[in-house]
Amino acid sequence: MTDDKSDKNESARPAEERNLEAAKDATGTGSGVGQPAPEQSPENVPAPVGEVRAVGVRHGMFGTSGTGDTSGYGGLVKATVFPAPSQKPYGGWFDEVAGALEARLEATDLTSAIESVVIHRGEITFHVRREDLPFVAQMLRDDEALRFELCSGVSGVHYPDDTGRELHAVYHFTSMTHNRRIRVEVSAPDSDPHVPSLVSIYPTLDWHERETFDMFGMIFDGHPALTRVLMPDDWPGHPQRKDYPLGGIPVEYKGGSIPPPDQRRSYN
Amino acid sequence: MTTDQDFYAAPGDTSQGKVFTVTGQDWDSITQSIGESAEERVVVNMGPQHPSTHGVLRLILELEGETVTEARCGIGYLHTGIEKNMEYRSWVQGVTFCTRMDYLSPFYNEMTYVLGVERLLDIEDDIPEKAQVMRVLLMELNRMSSHLVAIATGGMEIGALTVMTIGFRERELVLDLFELITGLRMNHAFIRPGGVAQDLPPGALDEIRDFIALMKKRLPEYAALCNANPIFKGRLEGVGHLDLAGCLALGLTGPVLRSTGYAWDLRKTQPYSGYEDYDFEVQTWDTCDSYGRFRIRLNEMWESLKIVEQCADRLAGLEGAPVMVGDKKIAWPSQLAIGSDGMGNSLDHIKHIMGESMEALIHHFKLVTEGFRVPAGQAYVPIESPRGELGAHVVSDGGTRPFRAHFRDPSFTNLQATSVMSEGGMVADVIVAIASIDPVMGGVDR
Repeated sequence: MTDDKSDKNESARPAEERNLEAAKDATGTGSGVGQPAPEQSPENVPAPVGEVRAVGVRHGMFGTSGTGDTSGYGGLVKATVFPAPSQKPYGGWFDEVAGALEARLEATDLTSAIESVVIHRGEITFHVRREDLPFVAQMLRDDEALRFELCSGVSGVHYPDDTGRELHAVYHFTSMTHNRRIRVEVSAPDSDPHVPSLVSIYPTLDWHERETFDMFGMIFDGHPALTRVLMPDDWPGHPQRKDYPLGGIPVEYKGGSIPPPDQRRSYN
Repeated sequence: MTTDQDFYAAPGDTSQGKVFTVTGQDWDSITQSIGESAEERVVVNMGPQHPSTHGVLRLILELEGETVTEARCGIGYLHTGIEKNMEYRSWVQGVTFCTRMDYLSPFYNEMTYVLGVERLLDIEDDIPEKAQVMRVLLMELNRMSSHLVAIATGGMEIGALTVMTIGFRERELVLDLFELITGLRMNHAFIRPGGVAQDLPPGALDEIRDFIALMKKRLPEYAALCNANPIFKGRLEGVGHLDLAGCLALGLTGPVLRSTGYAWDLRKTQPYSGYEDYDFEVQTWDTCDSYGRFRIRLNEMWESLKIVEQCADRLAGLEGAPVMVGDKKIAWPSQLAIGSDGMGNSLDHIKHIMGESMEALIHHFKLVTEGFRVPAGQAYVPIESPRGELGAHVVSDGGTRPFRAHFRDPSFTNLQATSVMSEGGMVADVIVAIASIDPVMGGVDR
């Protein structure tokens, strides 16, 4: 896998200014050097500072394989890479928020609670270790320098190829006092889909966590009543997961079964 | 499947007690059977098909006499898997899906999604001015039509039928404008990544000006009918109380939050699409109740009318200006035009791609079938919808389709306040409290 290769490059990479050389050696070409674009694939551009998160590989270009593809693009292999973590200074009020949060975390010996900070397109994302999420959320709400009074909910994302961190829970917080917005992201492996619940800190997350459980199967520990909210109570599976098909599921209701649309009788 | 069993109305036996089905027939039989056990608690299941639950909402109310001791919502009856479907369509097609979520404010659904996509594409600064103004125009017209329905259905649910008839009368005028500008009354899919689908049709500005003039006469009718009406005030005042701390804890935004006196409106606090250039006021009330929310909606319609007027003036000076981003790798290749057989793809464009340029044909084909690629990353650009903060969490993996699109719908979040607003009150006030939240079940369930 190409992303493995780039990961090795990175661990061996001693300093930021040698990135360009490292990328050149790895690909054997100098193409892309001098135009750093963090969202492109690691084969083509020098890896930026910090860890590059490759969460999947895309093959080909048109969704076909074998003889159906006459374009010549079928052999294309591209890693799916998300924006790399940023380094301080972050600029603007990002530093104030990050500084205030880190100061509180250091005071409680939770220095590793924040795994990384990503700034992309003017939005800041804190990747937080899942066991420290309630503490971080409490800080975000109560600290005077932070004051994120409003939580706009949690959204699940399923990255099936991001091994060990397949399920992500993404929270959006708003500080009305300071007129700021941040994003907090935690991840959990598919084999252990547990994330601490934040309902006791932000009661608005009640239905949002239920929806994320409903759609992704993430279990929010400490939620007062973690049941399905949109799908029927006895629905098998979690529909928004990437391994759950679109359609093809018979609809069952009180013992009756209605076949999926493609298997129903048609009148042509 | 067997035929001797009715799956949809099987007789119910529960461990919790006797079940009565009330469908509007004579109540005597029910009161007689309940009579023996009148001391016990009664759990009323209201909806999901009920004219007063503001949509396909199921309410589970525990009553003591006429007092509600517990109120719970059952939702999901309108879940259509829009977010899942969007992952299987191109970025542009996503607009067609999300416009159908909150069907009373389709332009807002489109707008928040499109703003997220544009942020990921990094073309936020390249959107032409005319497209921005048209977006604001459509959104503010939409705010009026949505508030009109909120007031109309809220009135109908407490028996004020004239409020409903005049509310829908005015809403029809807004929908006529939508039809003129976008071709559709609902589900427009008109706001696209990069701009809007089409330019204003000829004569649209005159129609908008006529509408503004008419609304200036019609809006005072609502105030005259309701504002000081003792029955109306008696039903609404002090009902559905929720203070600022409760709003923030439960994540309520929009008119409910502003009815606590806090002037939080994303159009002012975090402006998008050029809202900072318009002259309007954020409307607040300080009673924390349903009456305050009604008055806020009424006042916001006046503010929207002001913004629409400013948009019309601006659009008059922008005739012929582009409405789509200049980047041909993103902009939809063809434009619609009226031909001899009605509206369709512009014949000039067909002539160009079919007869003149092979490359233009390939470009058209690729962009329409495959779509454009959006750099990997995630974005969340919330906007102020008529019901509060509406935001789309848009995630791209660098492909031609959304990797994930999640909508933070204000109806979904605000409906959580049902229990707090109605427990301890009368059954009849539950209806008023929910109407003051104005949930749209299409947005709640998505």
